[in-house]
Amino acid sequence: MDRTTSKPIADDLIRPLFQTSIWFYAIMLASGTVVACGFAAWGYQIWNGIGVSGKRWPTFWALYLTNFVFWIGISHAGTLISAILRLVNAGWRRPVTRCAEVITVFALSIGALFPIIHLGRPWLAFWLFPYPSDRDIWPNFRSPLAWDFFAINTYLTGSLLFLLLPMIPDFALVRDRSTGLRRRIYGTLALGWRGTSKEWNRLESAMQIMAIAILPVAVSVHTIVSFDFSMANVPMWHSTIFGPYFVAGAIFSGIAALILAMAALRKALHLEKYLLPLHFDNLGKLLLLMSILWGYFVFAERLTVWYGNEPHEMAVFWATQRGAYAPFYWTMVICNFVIPLGLLANPYTRNITGCVIASCGVVVGMWLERFLIVVPSLTHKQLPYSWGTYEPTPVELTIMAATFAGMILLYTLFAKFVPIISIWELKAGLPSRLDPATLSEERLLSTRLDTEEFGPELSMPRGKQ
Amino acid sequence: MAYRWGMAVDLDKCTGCEACVTACHAENNIPTVGSQQAARGRAMHWIRVERYYEGNFPDVRVKFRPVLCQQCDNAPCEAVCPTYAAHQNEDGLNAQVYNRCIGTRYCANACTYNVRFFNFFNPEWVKPLNLQLNPDVSIREVGVMEKCTFCVQRIKAAKTTAKAENRGVVDGALQPACAQACPTTALIFGDLNDPNSRVARLARSPRGSKLLEDLGAEPKITYLDKQSWHEPDTY
Repeated sequence: MDRTTSKPIADDLIRPLFQTSIWFYAIMLASGTVVACGFAAWGYQIWNGIGVSGKRWPTFWALYLTNFVFWIGISHAGTLISAILRLVNAGWRRPVTRCAEVITVFALSIGALFPIIHLGRPWLAFWLFPYPSDRDIWPNFRSPLAWDFFAINTYLTGSLLFLLLPMIPDFALVRDRSTGLRRRIYGTLALGWRGTSKEWNRLESAMQIMAIAILPVAVSVHTIVSFDFSMANVPMWHSTIFGPYFVAGAIFSGIAALILAMAALRKALHLEKYLLPLHFDNLGKLLLLMSILWGYFVFAERLTVWYGNEPHEMAVFWATQRGAYAPFYWTMVICNFVIPLGLLANPYTRNITGCVIASCGVVVGMWLERFLIVVPSLTHKQLPYSWGTYEPTPVELTIMAATFAGMILLYTLFAKFVPIISIWELKAGLPSRLDPATLSEERLLSTRLDTEEFGPELSMPRGKQ
Repeated sequence: MAYRWGMAVDLDKCTGCEACVTACHAENNIPTVGSQQAARGRAMHWIRVERYYEGNFPDVRVKFRPVLCQQCDNAPCEAVCPTYAAHQNEDGLNAQVYNRCIGTRYCANACTYNVRFFNFFNPEWVKPLNLQLNPDVSIREVGVMEKCTFCVQRIKAAKTTAKAENRGVVDGALQPACAQACPTTALIFGDLNDPNSRVARLARSPRGSKLLEDLGAEPKITYLDKQSWHEPDTY
């Protein structure tokens, strides 16, 4: 019974590792080109100086920091959502967790690049490490940037572990089904996994520990990113709401990124049987909830500033509300609030297409939100004489485009070499593996992967690989 | 006794001639970036003369306010620097160690006065300006922050001389370039720890106020201005 039900799953999900479509090479080429352009632009910037970007007095932080906050926000897709779903033992999580956790690791790596790209002297970035240097000086632990450094590194380490742990049994599965060099590589990655009950127990408890440990880390990392802003006495930065506001926004944009990634995977790898409308429906509900929460935070932030009527803050407030930045502001409101609310509150439009459209809106809207936090405040600081402007340059835009292409590149490569859906977790959720009590609940909630749905596949010849 | 360098700026004396700006550029090897970069906001003026206009045409009054680093006691720029490039030195100056700076530019954002400047490119001097570089001041390379130092090279020299002659720095004998160049002596520099110095006396003046004082950075520059409650009609 077990073997017959689980084999098609493994066949389906391992297939991308053994078969390569022309689209894989097309995506590699296209995104690889953009990434190469990005590296060239970065090299050009290092060679000539940060002046080739649009930064100026007084807008010393701009597009790079916007992208930094944006990508760190996207990284909350994975680990945080997947950890919550694991802890509440949501049955439908099984096909979703890994695609989410990968987003975290890659988005975090990309996001963590930006503070280095943005440095005036990036070749000295290692001075943020507390190491016994001949300069006899440690990083300044009072600086939120130093906190950032540690928070991001902790989160990156944690989420990498969180991603790698449940991949071990799947590596073992690939190892057992392949030959030659591939077998040796996956064998090394599988760390000698044999699938004894002791190993399973250890893996399960390790995942429980990681899921609990990663939650406070994920919350703290975006709070600390928000501290980069809220610690400085800059109008509309210096706000106590920034910590939770940033965390909520991060989860919000993370869910949107996850929905987009899942929809792309579903089409590209033909995972229609695994990534069901139910998953999009559930994630759509989560996105709706976060959209409302985001709207609440923006309302609370804006109302407090407006009611307080402090002149320095009002300059920024009006610049975003009806001044030069108003088009961005209202686009953000429409993308983050109006569209998701309109599409996702209605069960008829909360389908896959609806979720994808809403998620596109949220990704754009959340990027604009980060931009509107970074730039208008710096261009409207306390002394009106020092008000300024900002205008991005091609170098900045190329580097920004390269990070988006880089995300696609890394994600495609990952889906090519690792089963993007956790096979063993999916199998563990099969009805035949569950005791009757959980079974009835899982039947209602879960992926609905039961033998009936796999009727035709049962007779499919096995030797596809 | 430790020094605590400060300045008083008499706004009633300032004519907005910008001699201080020029003198500062010459003394501190501040690069000129050219009109194109200046238009993009890359100009570096450690001291600038802000112009504010009051009233409506034709009854307009221009007010000048020279703004330089306020050398805050409680400086927001220092805490945020991850590499201690910005720090408070023993004389209470907000010192900037160029070689420690990695260019996060966080200090410039935290500074409420916007008096920190960034080397967006390696500095260049249009010939023959390269021949007048001050050998006492280091050239800053691309990617580092710089700001008013109160002409720390002059302070060091004066302190060394005074120490050799076994005395303190005489009030008025030491001036930064801006104060030295000011034709109306609107800028008065000195030791705030010496209660009898000119600057300490002016800092106690009822005409005095601090720039953005309510933000709590405790600047060491006092702006002297005709206060409106003295002669409301002439204002």
